Amino acid sequence: MAQIIQRSRTPRPRANFNQDRLWAMLVILPTVVFLGIFVYGFIGQTFYTSLTDWGKDSAQALALDPIKRFIGFENYRELFTGFIDVRFRQDLVNTFWFTLFFILGCLGLGLFMAMLLDQSPRGESFFRTLFLFPMSLSFIVTGTIWRWLLQPQGGLNQLPTAVGLPQGQFGWLTSRESIWNFNWQDLPFFTGLAVALVLAYITWNAVQAGMRSRAIIAGVSSAILLVWAIYFGRGATWIYPFPEMHGFNFAFIGIIMAAVWQLSGYTMALYLAGLRSVPEELREAARVDGATEGQIYRRVILPLLAPITLSAIIILGHISLKIFDLIFAMAGADNATTDVPALLMYLTTFRANQFSKGAAIASVLLVLVALIIVPYLSNQLRREKR
Amino acid sequence: MKKAAMLMGALMLGGALGQAKGELEIFSWWAGDEGPALEALVKAYSAKYPGVEVKNATVTGGSGVNARAVLKTRMLGGDPPDSFQVHAGQELTGTWVAANRMDNLAALYKSEGWNSKFPKGVLDLISTKAGTWVVPVNVHRSNVMWFNPAKLKEWGVTAPKTWSEFLSTCTTLKAKGLEAPLALGENWTQHHLWESVALGVLGPTDYGRLWTRSLKMNDAKVVRVWDTFGKVLDCSNKDASGLSWQQAIDRVMGGQSAFNIMGDWAAGYMATTLKLEPGKGFGWAASPGTNGSFMLLADAFGLPKGVKNKTTVNNWLRLVGCKEGQDIFNPLKGSISARLDSDLSKYNTYSQSAARDFRTNKIVGSLVHGAVAKEAFMSQFATVMEIYLGGRSAKSASSAAEAIATQVSLGQ
Repeated sequence: MAQIIQRSRTPRPRANFNQDRLWAMLVILPTVVFLGIFVYGFIGQTFYTSLTDWGKDSAQALALDPIKRFIGFENYRELFTGFIDVRFRQDLVNTFWFTLFFILGCLGLGLFMAMLLDQSPRGESFFRTLFLFPMSLSFIVTGTIWRWLLQPQGGLNQLPTAVGLPQGQFGWLTSRESIWNFNWQDLPFFTGLAVALVLAYITWNAVQAGMRSRAIIAGVSSAILLVWAIYFGRGATWIYPFPEMHGFNFAFIGIIMAAVWQLSGYTMALYLAGLRSVPEELREAARVDGATEGQIYRRVILPLLAPITLSAIIILGHISLKIFDLIFAMAGADNATTDVPALLMYLTTFRANQFSKGAAIASVLLVLVALIIVPYLSNQLRREKR
Repeated sequence: MKKAAMLMGALMLGGALGQAKGELEIFSWWAGDEGPALEALVKAYSAKYPGVEVKNATVTGGSGVNARAVLKTRMLGGDPPDSFQVHAGQELTGTWVAANRMDNLAALYKSEGWNSKFPKGVLDLISTKAGTWVVPVNVHRSNVMWFNPAKLKEWGVTAPKTWSEFLSTCTTLKAKGLEAPLALGENWTQHHLWESVALGVLGPTDYGRLWTRSLKMNDAKVVRVWDTFGKVLDCSNKDASGLSWQQAIDRVMGGQSAFNIMGDWAAGYMATTLKLEPGKGFGWAASPGTNGSFMLLADAFGLPKGVKNKTTVNNWLRLVGCKEGQDIFNPLKGSISARLDSDLSKYNTYSQSAARDFRTNKIVGSLVHGAVAKEAFMSQFATVMEIYLGGRSAKSASSAAEAIATQVSLGQ
């Protein structure tokens, strides 16, 4: 695709519109049409549905030819500020923590395993296959196995008894406890704080590089944002009228374990390929300069692996935002402490018949995934053009 | 254009052929333990109408959680099954009848004389002013408390008659070292417990008024239901949401808990799977405070609009509704017949006692199993439960329930 777009943009004389190009366009036409209808058309229809009231009136929900009225962004307003859509907001928080720990876990464990294998131990190919193997299972299979392992009376909780300790009591998937609870009304504060920190980092870099104007602009915006976040961002009733606490549910620990178990082999493979592509000369040069093995990794190899880390984050990130099947198999769709927006979308649409609200949740998910994918894609395209 | 017309022609021909062969697709969620009951009914149908090929379309998942989603996509896609299983009550009238997707069966009821064969409480659930919409095949009771008689004797307690009596029994048992006197399972069984508590605290009249909206969800009486519910929850096991309802029953039979509130499909599980004798191996009573009330849920079959061959479906419905059909199906399913004239000798001890209660008690409908509230409310009741479990505040739970009831215009 990218190449074709590229070629069409290069200026050519009209006479060059020859048979070859005609054929190329004809060949690509079906793909474009099908993609247009079945991907982008349906995305558009889902988004339009999210702007209607389909499902609010139960007489119209499943009618043969339902009357759908346009109500603008009402569904979105309800999701973010409605008293009874508290579950959606908790789900967003759940997704945030899940994504964070899932990605950190996969990257850390994957890098660790890759570094072990990079030492070329005996039976390397065996271990490589072993570590990569969980990836070949479907999330449903993983979820079912881990569901058994994490049963309150079984599996992991029985492990301590093997060495004579009392049985574990942790409710892996059933725990109702949570930590890091924050008030939803403080959300602007945390968002402002995060952006201000990024801006401060930019300022620091600019100062180091001696770019004065950039440093001033970034520094001032960071300070303004920080002051705004502290004075207006906390207890913000314009976000939500009542204090509402959300946090990290302990029940997610088990889900994160299963997801990391499944996909850390994949990051291992990525990292291993990256490690192997680091030329031996670089390591030797570092050794000649007197670097220890630890320094070689920290100063030479890890910086070279940064692009791999970025792709891994993108791929894992979009998996974790869309996660549905793993949790469905592990904890069921109804277990609210392990709920994520994708599950809520299913329940809202097919159990409660609130089709437009389900479509609104789907659209929010799409935007979240797009936030991760689109910068990556545009970055890739730009690089290809170069 | 021409091609499209030919394609249409071919499709229509295909449709016509299907009709000539006589096919009947029955859509349900009866698999596993409940499969044999449906198969027996299908067998009876095939014996009566040998020319018709019966397609058994089953989507597994208790209480139809998955089947209902599949059914909705099929109906929205214009591909209705010939007859589908549905819970009698709002799950039918609030969803399918309201959407004008069902054929009126009033004529069938008249010709079969069913209006006097089914009790009024059941007929109310499956009828609207405009007509009667499905044929109920069975009746289950939701408000039953199960226990192990031998264990109760050992502990020196009896089955409590009211919720306050239940709470004092709970304290007694806790003092005797029983950590969780009430066995509880995954999410929906907690909702199931709630409806029994609500019926026990409110009584049948006020409980019924909840669903017609003449009693507000945030009324002081309903706040009291949540308060009681919270105290009852404190008697239950902590690993509840990891257990299926069968595992919760196992806790009671194994002596780790004393009581469990569950619908009477539990009797089938204990009698068939655990091989316990009704009355000896396991005992039962109406859940506390609900003696004299029969909270029912019923499965039913109907005739969706737009099916190919109405005659085969009507024959199926005739079989489902007749006395013989119900007495084939229900002893195997562990439920009782929805008719008043079934042959009780074909049923086990538990079902006989349930059938006697069914004929004499005041009938109310179940929330969790689709009888009294439309699906939009039923599904979002989970959110209400979450709000309650999160903060243990009866007030915020009941105002959330009221907000949802208003939003989905419950009772209209």
